[in-house]
Amino acid sequence: MSFINYSSREINCKIVYYGPGLCGKTTNLQYIYAKTNPEAKGKMISLATETERTLFFDFLPLSLGEIRGFKTRFHLYTVPGQVFYDASRKLILKGVDGVVFVADSQIERMEANLESMENLRVNLAEQGYDLKAIPYVIQYNKRDLPNAASIEELHRLLNPGNISEFQSIAATGWGVFDTLKAVAKLVLQELKKGR
Amino acid sequence: MVSPQIVMYEEEFNQISALCDRLCREANGKVVFLVDKNGQLIASAGQVGNLDTTSLASLTAGNIAATGGLAKLIGEKEFSILFHEGERDNLHISIVGGRVILVVIFDGRSSLGLVRLRVKRASVELAGIFEHLMRKMEDPAMGSPFAEITDEDIDNLFND
Repeated sequence: MSFINYSSREINCKIVYYGPGLCGKTTNLQYIYAKTNPEAKGKMISLATETERTLFFDFLPLSLGEIRGFKTRFHLYTVPGQVFYDASRKLILKGVDGVVFVADSQIERMEANLESMENLRVNLAEQGYDLKAIPYVIQYNKRDLPNAASIEELHRLLNPGNISEFQSIAATGWGVFDTLKAVAKLVLQELKKGR
Repeated sequence: MVSPQIVMYEEEFNQISALCDRLCREANGKVVFLVDKNGQLIASAGQVGNLDTTSLASLTAGNIAATGGLAKLIGEKEFSILFHEGERDNLHISIVGGRVILVVIFDGRSSLGLVRLRVKRASVELAGIFEHLMRKMEDPAMGSPFAEITDEDIDNLFND
């Protein structure tokens, strides 16, 4: 749910990075944080366990510039990927404007990818959102690993709807901004359509 | 269906800001801020100069969401007031009209009793303003400020 403030001429949108545990959601945000000008970003907050696994969420506020005199601000969130944190994932999806599904390309994580995507669909539906109708892109992460599945295979299993998909190596940043730009564009196009 | 967006107009924003200012004064608070349940900061008042209000807003919403989840697990609708006591500063967090979150930061110069009392009064007024705002947003004549942006405007944002 975007928030338009006429008084401060600002528009705020919420983007959530979703995906199975250890797929690289936090790494995406860390790379974006590291490569963004200080004036365009706020503090990155990570609520993580002592072993740096996301416990509740990561949060990164970003400014993208102005459209027709309105400052566009995007709030990026990640969810905790581990299966047993489902209650937290549901909370973070509230009011979402756009979703990035980060898939782990490794063949042995395919089951986890599918399970997480189904979990995303169910959790969105619980709040009255349809995954097919909201701004949504897929990122195939960890393309540099030797056990990565082929793009064709990933596409067949995870992207039957043929939505925008991106390859990435979040640790080096390859593909990270392409993914972010794509989802941000979709969110703004949705705003343009109105409600 | 995607939930409708929140639109804040100048008139209501000024009313809300004035109310936050007044609450901050009357409750002897250091800072007052208002956040929507999704973590977007709506307004703030008081000594906000060196505070990271964006982070505060997002964590407050996370806090309310998590306690709301706990409430449901034990069969409560929600916990409408949260209080965090620190060594110097304290946080009083309350839900207004089931919709927005009102936060007061205060120290030893005020007291929990005073803050609660003032928050209670301000909440009634705030709820009224938000009800009015919601009705205004539903008015089709208000339109969306983004209906007229072009694909080119959007593309320009990403040309760097």
